Amino acid sequence: MADLHLPGTLTPLFTDLPRRLDVDAHTVDEVIAHLEQRWPGLRDRLCEPGPNLRTHIHVYVDRERATLDTELEPHSRIDVIAAISGG
Amino acid sequence: MPKTLLLVGTRKGCFLLESDGDRRDWTPRGPFCEGWPVYHAIYDDSTATIFAAAASEWHGSAVWRSTDLGETWTLSSEGLAYDEDGERKVSKVSTLAAKDGRVLVGVEAPGIFESRDGGDTWSVLSTLEDQPGSELWDDPANQPPGHLGISALMFDTDDPARFWAIVQGMGLFETTDDAATWTPRNRGLRADWPRPHEEVGFCVHKLVRSRVDGDRMYQQNHVGMHRSDDAGHTWVEITEGLPTEFGFAAATHPHDPETFYVVPLDPGHGRTMPEGHAAVWRTQNAGSSWARLDQGLPNQDAHLGVLREAMAIDSYDVPGLYFGTSTGQLFASVDEGESWSEIASYLPAISSVEVAVLE
Repeated sequence: MADLHLPGTLTPLFTDLPRRLDVDAHTVDEVIAHLEQRWPGLRDRLCEPGPNLRTHIHVYVDRERATLDTELEPHSRIDVIAAISGG
Repeated sequence: MPKTLLLVGTRKGCFLLESDGDRRDWTPRGPFCEGWPVYHAIYDDSTATIFAAAASEWHGSAVWRSTDLGETWTLSSEGLAYDEDGERKVSKVSTLAAKDGRVLVGVEAPGIFESRDGGDTWSVLSTLEDQPGSELWDDPANQPPGHLGISALMFDTDDPARFWAIVQGMGLFETTDDAATWTPRNRGLRADWPRPHEEVGFCVHKLVRSRVDGDRMYQQNHVGMHRSDDAGHTWVEITEGLPTEFGFAAATHPHDPETFYVVPLDPGHGRTMPEGHAAVWRTQNAGSSWARLDQGLPNQDAHLGVLREAMAIDSYDVPGLYFGTSTGQLFASVDEGESWSEIASYLPAISSVEVAVLE
């Protein structure tokens, strides 16, 4: 199970979405698909058509910058970061 | 006793201010929408729902809604996207209009989406394709600052298949067949720049229509104030007597088609009230003459900007006017603009102000 950490800007948008959860997935894209199934509309908050990760959404798998296609190890840590930007 | 509700879209969320019919004391609530930049917030009286068009730098564009006057909110962007195979993307939801349970949202790249299920899901209604100028507005190099795309939508009072859309930097368009076909409505407007098409290339900032005479329209343009007496088919300029030809916001008196309000701004990059003297200007004779209304407004060192959706007028017998500034002040008048009071001082930058009277 991957260890998923979500940004604080995301969790208020969906009922009962926690900051941290375990996800059974092989890629970042599968992680997001898993979330979308339980919290419809969540994919659109992280991805834009393409699909690609949104410009200011950064995903790290085991501390390495990732894309939707990045593969996961059985116990990978995934950090989804809302980039530090804006004012 | 009626309730008066102000809906204020800001760069950091939506705020609500409530008062009674006297409109003297206001109770603010907010911020809502998780602090997302809100470009336009409206109240749809056909469904008693607040809708707010918002675009987060991080999480993209969506339309928020509340069916309990702001107590709880949800958002959706399901269907609010162009075909994945195409190059057009929805970068921003700019403006909203609602009628008879149907909601329209104008977006950038220029297009109109509709929802018929209260904002749960959206679908493309029109991109005004094949209109003169449409070959230009998908090119980022041609997009004006602000990137609003469709900057305004306005339903006809009676006919649900008739409405108007402003394409930012291009002009005004009308449909009478629910967006199947469109007609540019820019004849008589001024443009001080070269235009590749005769019918478009005009910078329409704000369109308003009289509630008692559907043929009477006014518009604040990038260059000048204009009036139409034939529902937008032709326009005449009525700038003379105003301190500048530039501005964004406008409002029509709800009971008198001759009376109309604007907020002239310096036309340069500053785009604030001339000489730091805050004022709303009013005509009571359809633009033949203008009067400055500034009692209660700051008259020096007040470099205030007011954006296109940031002035509203209510429907009381003696109507109240409201405008919000890009520095977060909210001003109200309960005597048709004769005198003003500051009812909020420290809001985030204000994008839109709308008012609803709830019985």
